[in-house]
Amino acid sequence: MSWARLLWANWQRKKLRTLLTLGSYAVACFLFGILLAVRAAFYQGVEVAGADRLVVINRVSIVQPLPKGYGDKIRAVPGVAAVTSAVWFGGVYQEERNFFPQFAVEVENYRNMFPEFVIPEEQWRAFLADRQGCVVGEATAKRFGFRLGQRIPIRGTIFPGTWEFNVRAIYRGQRELDDTSQFWFHQKYLEERAGGLWRGLVGWYTVKVANPERAVEVAKAIDARFANSPWETRTEPERAFAASFVKQLGNIEFLLLVVGSVVFATLLLVAANTQALAVRERITELGVLKTLGFSNPHLAFLILLESVFPALLGGSLGLWGARGVTPFLGQALPGMNFALPWGQLLLGLGLALAVGALAGVFPARLAARLSVVQALRRL
Amino acid sequence: MALPLLYSARSALLRFRSHFVAALSVAGSVAVFVAMLALANGFRATLLTSGSPQNALVLRAGSTAELESAVSREDVRVVAEAAGVARDALGPLLSPEVLVVVNLPLARTGTEANVQMRGVGARAFAVRPQVRVISGRWLQPGRAEVLVGKNAAVAYRGLRLGCWVRFAGQRFQVVGIFDAGGSAFDSEVWADATLLNAVFDRPPGVFQSVTVRLTSPAAFLQFKESVERDPRLRVQATREVDYYRKNSQAVANMIEILGTLVACIMGVGAVFAGFNSMYSALASRTRELATLRALGFTAATVVVLFLLEALLVAVVGGVLGVLAVLPLNGFTTSTINWQTFSHLSFAFRVTPPLATAGVLFALSLGVAGGLVPAIRAARLPVAEALREL
Repeated sequence: MSWARLLWANWQRKKLRTLLTLGSYAVACFLFGILLAVRAAFYQGVEVAGADRLVVINRVSIVQPLPKGYGDKIRAVPGVAAVTSAVWFGGVYQEERNFFPQFAVEVENYRNMFPEFVIPEEQWRAFLADRQGCVVGEATAKRFGFRLGQRIPIRGTIFPGTWEFNVRAIYRGQRELDDTSQFWFHQKYLEERAGGLWRGLVGWYTVKVANPERAVEVAKAIDARFANSPWETRTEPERAFAASFVKQLGNIEFLLLVVGSVVFATLLLVAANTQALAVRERITELGVLKTLGFSNPHLAFLILLESVFPALLGGSLGLWGARGVTPFLGQALPGMNFALPWGQLLLGLGLALAVGALAGVFPARLAARLSVVQALRRL
Repeated sequence: MALPLLYSARSALLRFRSHFVAALSVAGSVAVFVAMLALANGFRATLLTSGSPQNALVLRAGSTAELESAVSREDVRVVAEAAGVARDALGPLLSPEVLVVVNLPLARTGTEANVQMRGVGARAFAVRPQVRVISGRWLQPGRAEVLVGKNAAVAYRGLRLGCWVRFAGQRFQVVGIFDAGGSAFDSEVWADATLLNAVFDRPPGVFQSVTVRLTSPAAFLQFKESVERDPRLRVQATREVDYYRKNSQAVANMIEILGTLVACIMGVGAVFAGFNSMYSALASRTRELATLRALGFTAATVVVLFLLEALLVAVVGGVLGVLAVLPLNGFTTSTINWQTFSHLSFAFRVTPPLATAGVLFALSLGVAGGLVPAIRAARLPVAEALREL
């Protein structure tokens, strides 16, 4: 294990420099983690979309409603396993900035459509029994401190007036990325109170197909069923539906990619420069090591290791920090669901290691090619 | 002071590579900082220019956005009689409007995007003098025609002058293209409000908002009181500028917060690179600095020397960063505005204050990266350092 001691000694030579290099990796990976969390917040809907679900909206746009009667007609389309509907409520809690999505849902079958949302059985029954009850996602409940049994006023913006709801259930997501900011309540309550314009209308339908491989076919069949009617539909797989929103946000992906590349390119420059400096400073020593019998590949390997190890350590630190900070991002920008799954952290670590290796390659080659005579002549 | 400055300049040149790396990392942070703020700037400016201080927007009480509001024809009639409403020979200057969102394929990618379609009253033109028809002609009431904003005409397929487009089963002809001075209206498609209500199966005689031209910006308070106190109405009046300012806040703030956050984290990395570079300068100049001190130069001089070197690196980086982003100025991009659920085109705006802020940001990074090594340099024990080989 003498080479381990050698590595240790080399890092100790300039402690500050080693720390700064570690710090650079940590900062870059921290930032990478944050960017991934931001990406996740934008793409969350796409990531968690069910492969067996379709979304049916009015062909004109999502804002236009569809007739309630379409539910049964869609159910009759071959390949459709289940149908449920929802209405966008668009209310605010206390202040306008306290926004979270509220849906008036068909309580009979909404829960079965979205098995990723976990609700304790007795809470769900309590919700079914209370016409003014609501189901709140964990994230929203936490954000405003909602508790079971609490009565909360929501000010309607589309449907005027203040609406009171009783929190009957709190759901959580099965996966980290699942959206737990939603708020569901009885469509019947909405119909009874709002009446008028919205009677007999819903916002959109969600359809479960029997066979996910035939999803596109079923979508076409649904649209064909309502073609040339006054309410034409547009049916898309849930993933495509979610993606269309992200696409409209603009080139988020491109923006993040550019920023990420700038970060890692700079990091590479800094690390490579440092490593080259560290090797150039001790050329004489390398000559001594060679005379002592260290083979060229062995020396090159040592220098590569010297460059990769800070990447591993600093990178892990940075990513770990990013994961720790992610929940606070959600507090700075409420309404967005930031998450940083472990799998993506590994990607960041892989990138850091790649940078470390690249930064070490040139100095390592320099060391391997060095002739003993030249190295020793320096002093 | 001239001699040590010369030494510093030479030392900086010697360490060109590591200094340049440090400058590049400063440039990266500055570029991200300026680009993101330019994005937020552009978004905000586009929405702010949409509102006129002389216009008021009337929505149903409690509504936060036009899309959610409803105002009846009777309401419009009452509003027209309110105090402070400008009039000309043809009557009161106000435009009852309807907003719907329609899907159109983006010209660039072919993916469908939400486009805001505004049904306007016959006087919309007089209410918004900043809107000019640049080709074709104005709408004729009651006819299936649309007028397209200049950004929308470019951004979506099939909106060229003379084209026919189909919305909700009705064919509309594009009869004109208008320029609304870089505002949000440039991303919209306008049609006759009453016709739009019929085509989209909305209740007849119900609009979503009324935009009112006032006799003067100062008349707003009088107008607001007049409509909000009227027992026949349940509406609220907002200055058009305030409405759009509020509308721009969510997205602009998000871009600003994220952009500043990312730039600051990158800045920490740049400070590390600067540290590294300055410390290596310090290490190799130990004897020289000690000699300077022995010759009678003060510790303060040494601090200034080091700081100047760090600041030079930072300024080079800052200027590089700003220059890298400058071509983005005026570059049009688009995003979805959640307040309207529709697509909005806007341009990056790299303003002189923003560029200055970028360079100042670079300078602060330079101070952060140079101060500690500078103080260290000043504290060198002269005798020991001279002895060093």
